[in-house]
Amino acid sequence: MGVEGIGAKVLRKEDRRFITGRGRYVDDMSVPGMKYAAFVRSPHAHAKIASLDTSAAEAMPGVIGVLNGRQLQGDGIGNLICGWAVSSKDGTPMKMGAWPALASETVRHVGQAVAIVVADTQAQARDAAEAVMVEYGELPVVTRAVDALKDGAPQLHPEAPGNLIFDWEIGDKAATDAAFAEAAHVTKLHIHNNRLVPNPMEPRAALGLYDPAEDHYTCWTTSQNPHVARLVMSAFYNVAPEHKLRVIAPDVGGGFGSKIYIYPEEIVCLWASKRTGVPVKWTSDRTEAFLTDAHGRDHETEVEMALDADNKILALRVETVANLGAYMSLFSSATPTYLYATLLSGQYDIPAIHANVKAVYTNTVPVDAYRGAGRPEATYVVERTMETAARELGISPADFRRKNFIRSFPHQTPVIMAYDAGDFDATLNAGMEAADVAGFEARREEAKSRGKLRGLGMSCYIEACGIAPSKAVGSLGAGVGLWESAEVRVNPVGTIEILTGSHSHGQGHETTFAQLVAERFGLPVDNVQVIHGDTDKVQFGMGTYGSRSGAVGMSAIHKALDKVEAKAKKIAAHVLEADEGDIVIENGEVKVAGTDKKLGWHEVCLGAYTGHNLPDGMEPGLKEGAFYDPTNFTFPAGCYICEVEVDPETGTTDIIQFVAADDFGRVINPMIVEGQVHGGLAQGIGQALLEGTHYDESGQLTTASYMDYAMPRAWDLPMFKVSTTETLCPGNPLGMKGCGEAGAIGSPPAVINAITDAIGNNELTMPATPEKVWKALNAVR
Amino acid sequence: MYETSYHRPSSLAEATQLAAEKGDEAKYLSGGMTLIPTMKQRLAAPEALIDLRHVAELKGISVNGRLIRIGGGTTHAEVATNDEIKSVCPGFAALAGLIGDPAVRHMGTVGGSVANFDPAADYPAALLALGATIHTDKREMPADEFFQGLFETALDEGEIVTAVSFEAPDQCAYEKFRNPASRYAMCGVFVARRADGVKVGVTGSGSSGAFHWSDAESALSGNFSPEAVDGLSASEDDMIADIHGSSAYRANLVKVVTKRAVKKALAH
Repeated sequence: MGVEGIGAKVLRKEDRRFITGRGRYVDDMSVPGMKYAAFVRSPHAHAKIASLDTSAAEAMPGVIGVLNGRQLQGDGIGNLICGWAVSSKDGTPMKMGAWPALASETVRHVGQAVAIVVADTQAQARDAAEAVMVEYGELPVVTRAVDALKDGAPQLHPEAPGNLIFDWEIGDKAATDAAFAEAAHVTKLHIHNNRLVPNPMEPRAALGLYDPAEDHYTCWTTSQNPHVARLVMSAFYNVAPEHKLRVIAPDVGGGFGSKIYIYPEEIVCLWASKRTGVPVKWTSDRTEAFLTDAHGRDHETEVEMALDADNKILALRVETVANLGAYMSLFSSATPTYLYATLLSGQYDIPAIHANVKAVYTNTVPVDAYRGAGRPEATYVVERTMETAARELGISPADFRRKNFIRSFPHQTPVIMAYDAGDFDATLNAGMEAADVAGFEARREEAKSRGKLRGLGMSCYIEACGIAPSKAVGSLGAGVGLWESAEVRVNPVGTIEILTGSHSHGQGHETTFAQLVAERFGLPVDNVQVIHGDTDKVQFGMGTYGSRSGAVGMSAIHKALDKVEAKAKKIAAHVLEADEGDIVIENGEVKVAGTDKKLGWHEVCLGAYTGHNLPDGMEPGLKEGAFYDPTNFTFPAGCYICEVEVDPETGTTDIIQFVAADDFGRVINPMIVEGQVHGGLAQGIGQALLEGTHYDESGQLTTASYMDYAMPRAWDLPMFKVSTTETLCPGNPLGMKGCGEAGAIGSPPAVINAITDAIGNNELTMPATPEKVWKALNAVR
Repeated sequence: MYETSYHRPSSLAEATQLAAEKGDEAKYLSGGMTLIPTMKQRLAAPEALIDLRHVAELKGISVNGRLIRIGGGTTHAEVATNDEIKSVCPGFAALAGLIGDPAVRHMGTVGGSVANFDPAADYPAALLALGATIHTDKREMPADEFFQGLFETALDEGEIVTAVSFEAPDQCAYEKFRNPASRYAMCGVFVARRADGVKVGVTGSGSSGAFHWSDAESALSGNFSPEAVDGLSASEDDMIADIHGSSAYRANLVKVVTKRAVKKALAH
């Protein structure tokens, strides 16, 4: 309804402040008396702290205080935790090592904080941090998960012998083994899913303010989920009880998962504020971001697919070793298990699946969810295997996929997920048409005449989004429910505030959430203010990640709007002396259907607040809240087709064309959805071609700056061809599935399938740098 | 960044006097495209910065016939967009236009780049291939003698690169293969052809900084065509090896990029 309702390409309301430099990020925040923090960080990947001497630092100019881990523990600040309990297949609980916010005995990765300096200026704090004398006793180091599992490997945590956190499985092993015994063909692959550094544009930051008069704390922090941050800091880290702790996540410049977690720095800033008596602000620099923001991916996987003589998939067997780094981050256990192996059925009818996942400690930065979180890893396993099997069988990759597509819904996979709706033929056909797959061979020949190697690669992904039904995730070990809340406050003049537990850090919620109101009441989006990111304003919420703000967050708004609409109709029916069922609200007017009787929307709202003429017994006011708990995950799916040209002399890959055909269910704002897909594709292509994270033997991160960590630039990317088809999600009132992660999930296998097609060698790991491609070519020419 | 002091001399004399006063702890700043990031990472801590970008004697480009002289304080953007250089020696202007990004090109200077001699800097490849002369406030010398090794030049303490000069060749071109992360040259090759022969300068690949690829110079002097390089191979022994590329890969790049530079030169 209206030009700004569902499906309209409304320009983003928030962009005015972002593109004019008037966003308000944590580092822009300033409070009276505020001082600056710098952290003393370990230069070693694994060491005992022999001694820590802060006396020289304390004597430096401007220094207010230098605090260490023993003081932190002495004040009762608790260790960081992982909030999702995953058990091994033998039933033993996961083995979580202690993670103090400031290390006092052992450091386990380069960059781990051991002390904090608070000083008048940031420069003074940093100078003094260098003057903190720490004596380390170096210990042996292991950075690769498969090495950490070997006998005699350096041991990280006494709680986790052999560095093994859990040895988890899913699916039916006996059925899978039986299917393999009868297979006509088995395709095998070794897969490495490269470790990624998230690199949001805004680095993390925290400003801790302790008010002794009220015994109250305020924390401004770069968070995707401020309420969860408050809950965890309160319940587990003993920073302060919830009613004495306000967490504010103002404008946040990108998160991609890395800002879901509660990190040591915000806890320590709050504690240090109380200890030193001054507000304490810390802003990460880019090097610290590389060394402390939770990394993503880092799986090594052996996969086998069993096929019958008719090219139908019989079974899938997967063995994965997941590197979780030095400590278990907040959702680190769920990412390589319930967010990964539950998607191994892909878009295909696979009768039997068995997956085994070993989660492992290493002397590296902790690893957790990063855009896609487990689902890119699953998609990469499935779609690389599909393409490889098709090549081995000598059939077209599209036909092979079609042969095995799921076509009836709901579909119960062997790995928990029950797909509710989808049309995989529709996205495949849309993708193939947009990519002109039929004309590819001619283009390949033309490229050959120029000395270039063309290749075509496909990826048909499915993801589980709209995270998540609370009861389901609770049964799988989650420590929280994953519903969302909303409050719709109608002002007496008819303008509206939406308070949401979702958090916008680039997604455009201020626009899309307002579009729901435009749709419902025919009001302009400018009459709607979306409020989020402050625990004092919004009662509670679970935040934004897992493509959940549409399917879950907007469903909560939808429910609250139902209540507002119902009450407004009651008021109007009373005033207009009509039947409630005859009232319709459109274009900002509240009318009696089939008559010329009507009220302006603002008149109804004002009436609600004057209370002069309300139905008997009705409470004044027009404000409603709702909690929405989804009944199932949602299942966005699509087909991505990548066409590349490889320069055989240098191994350079040019992406000539990239097609994304997605089914996101109902689309609220096509422009914003397109932008989400573009961003996801850039990150997925970054993973496939550019982003390599390297540790040396001593555990130093050798790619800790943009000089060595390759981020995708505009010139690395083609103009994307994106389109959507629509099957509505039956699980939520708006039929939405989510679009935030698809691009990053679906694109890496499409790119690698295309390059391996071009060079005729399937042995290629990500990132497919020019040198790697050149070497892979040399191996076959 | 550690605390430092900033000085802005307006003449060469003032600059060198300041340098003499401050001694070891002073550093010249001429754009700061390397020095400032290094200081921000706290890997360099000069107590004084002497900014040369406002010294009038270091400014300017002069072209007399085919003789080109570029002041040390000239920015890459000024070189890239100078009509006379573009007309007389388009390959050199094009090289300047490929350095970094627009912000870098408007801050970074010829003198700063030459004095720093980063192994992946672009100008050194050209200055070697062009047989350029490096002018300082005390003397002048051929580029071959000026560039001595990784970040090592013939500059004495306190000495300032005031200009570079060279005669435009008959044909020349620069081809660059970028490092995927930093986008610096992983291999940059400048070829310059004159009546008396061809010179090939290579940057980004050599473990001792920019160098002449003499085998290619001999081959191309006899036959200035990409094919002339086909039979050659650059020595892996002298190549950088790091996470972005092995020495074998860089040796391959030297050959491939040289061929492309020749092709480009022939197209002019």
